[in-house]
Amino acid sequence: MLLLLQYTLIFTSVLMLVALGGCFSEHSGVINIGLEGIMVFGALGGALVMKYMPADTAPLVMICITVLAAMLTGILYSLLLAVAAINFNADQTLVGTAMNLLGTAAATVIVKAINTSADSSNPSSEIMYVGPKKSFIIAEGTEFSWFMLLALALLILSYIVLYKTKFGLRLMACGEHPQAADSVGINVYRMRYAGVMISGLLGGLGGLVYITAGVSAWKFENGVAGFGFLALAVMIFGSWKPQRIALAALLFGLFRSLSNVYTGFDFLKNLNLPSTVYNMLPYIISLVVLAFFSKNSAAPKAEGIPYDKGSR
Amino acid sequence: MQANNTREPLLKKPGVQTLLASLICILLGLLVGYIALLIINPSGATEAIVGVIKNFWAYSKPEKQLKNFGCTLVTTAPLLMCSLSVLFAYKVGLFNIGAAGQYVAGAGASLYFALTLHMPWYVCLLAAMLAGALLGAISGFLKAYRNVNEVISCIMLNWISLYLVNTLLAPAKNPTGKDTFTVASQNASALLPTLGLDNLLNQKNVTIAIPLAILVCVAIWVLLNKTVQGYAFRATGLNKNAAKYAGMQDKNNIIVSMAIAGALAGLGAAMLYLSDFEQWAVTQASVPAMGFNGIAAAFLGGLNPIGAIFSSYFIQHITRGGANVDMNMYCAQISDLISSVIIYMCSFVLYMKLFMNKRLDERAQHKKGGNA
Repeated sequence: MLLLLQYTLIFTSVLMLVALGGCFSEHSGVINIGLEGIMVFGALGGALVMKYMPADTAPLVMICITVLAAMLTGILYSLLLAVAAINFNADQTLVGTAMNLLGTAAATVIVKAINTSADSSNPSSEIMYVGPKKSFIIAEGTEFSWFMLLALALLILSYIVLYKTKFGLRLMACGEHPQAADSVGINVYRMRYAGVMISGLLGGLGGLVYITAGVSAWKFENGVAGFGFLALAVMIFGSWKPQRIALAALLFGLFRSLSNVYTGFDFLKNLNLPSTVYNMLPYIISLVVLAFFSKNSAAPKAEGIPYDKGSR
Repeated sequence: MQANNTREPLLKKPGVQTLLASLICILLGLLVGYIALLIINPSGATEAIVGVIKNFWAYSKPEKQLKNFGCTLVTTAPLLMCSLSVLFAYKVGLFNIGAAGQYVAGAGASLYFALTLHMPWYVCLLAAMLAGALLGAISGFLKAYRNVNEVISCIMLNWISLYLVNTLLAPAKNPTGKDTFTVASQNASALLPTLGLDNLLNQKNVTIAIPLAILVCVAIWVLLNKTVQGYAFRATGLNKNAAKYAGMQDKNNIIVSMAIAGALAGLGAAMLYLSDFEQWAVTQASVPAMGFNGIAAAFLGGLNPIGAIFSSYFIQHITRGGANVDMNMYCAQISDLISSVIIYMCSFVLYMKLFMNKRLDERAQHKKGGNA
């Protein structure tokens, strides 16, 4: 039971962070399919810092630097989307797809290059971080980590920023009706840049949290195994609102961890369902929900449409 | 003077522009790959990038050249089908990111019919197409009647189909590994016929899949450009409301076109798995990249069925060429890096064309002004 709770909370943190990232980007009017790639890069940034920091670094310093590195690489990577979608009016779905493929490919090339240059007989794409990972854990022997508290704090912060600040309300205006926003003096391009970069920040952090969930090494060939897409589902299921995203993340996180630990529960084991069923359920639920509630979708009205000052 | 002004410059032709834009994308992709190799280890970078570009030409013996050319073709056929799937849906105004999932469904259905039900190859092929079509039709239905964005429903279906297929094929797993049994070992009648192509190219996996893929490609071109239904599809893609006003069945067109797109991707998977080139790993945790690469091939080929043949071949050519790099310094994924940069660059194609047209117009204006 404790195991289930641990995994649920850690997966919930990941999904919530990444989905909140997607939420900021979409509220500014840019669809971010590339969350998966952003997560990979954030994870890579964090993992490299953990690899090269001296082992005797104080835990607090370690946490801060790793988190900052993940956020920074996430932001840098998200700029690929921002430039293409905002300055060059590119098809946002196409850019996102390219970013997902590029994320895994580039991370694999980078990590393999580092590993082979250190030891030419080691062509693996794995980074180990057994020692540094310990500094993230609150109670020894469990998976309860500081990231959970950080995710909670960022959830509250996201809510406040989005609904209670001038910046957040302007951001949302750019996703609903950019021409109207522009007419009252809001710089739509700058707002969209901000939205995409915040999604890079949160997505990158989510990637870092994901690769430290229950393991102390990560093979970058595997990317993040579809968590970016699952986060997209969480965002839609949470109808683009932070508080609902948190609940959706909790539900999806529960299913995801059930697929890992369901054998520990007698009544679930007796059902004799393959673990793939638990993996599938979140997607099926979101599809069904979408089918019934999309007629009056809460999606930002102008998302996916490049902003053209000249059009009405 | 009048005649001079009316003659269109070569660069103004859409076909030429598309070709030029695609070549720019490829060059930029290769450049980024080369830079990455230089950063990793400058001493062997030139040799490595040449190896990637050369692919089978890098081998000295003709029979090895042929064999590697054959392997490249075997993987080209499924990619071509996936790119057709994407471009077909795109012509109807839909972004079929679900080609990946429809491909998975096709793989699952073809292998299930081949390994568990012991059916002959043509039944397996049909099953794969139907499975893909079903998946596509679900997205189409949700789009047409429930207002669900096809990108979102396709992403969900990609993962649902991955887990379903993993469960479906688990009983057909070879106990010695994580892959399914080879088709040859369980049911040789499900292998696609080779018609002597395997001897021609010195590679046993070369089957009728390759000529079949080209035929389908031509058929799709004819359907889109030379038939009434194709006209209706394209009209729906250009302006849904106008098509509806003109009496075309916009909702039906969306569902049917997604079903066709799905069938194409499913067929592509059957082409690969029924030639025994690869087996399905029943524990894989991510959707195979073939469908996503189909998006790349479709856009690189300028969203034209004939262009897709060349772009699909090119992508598989450099992917296979990735195996040529010196593994003591580099890794084969450098090809993935190059092709993903190419896709990223493809998203700028529209802008490039706009830029070219603007420059040409400016120049024409300038000339006119000079003459007057």
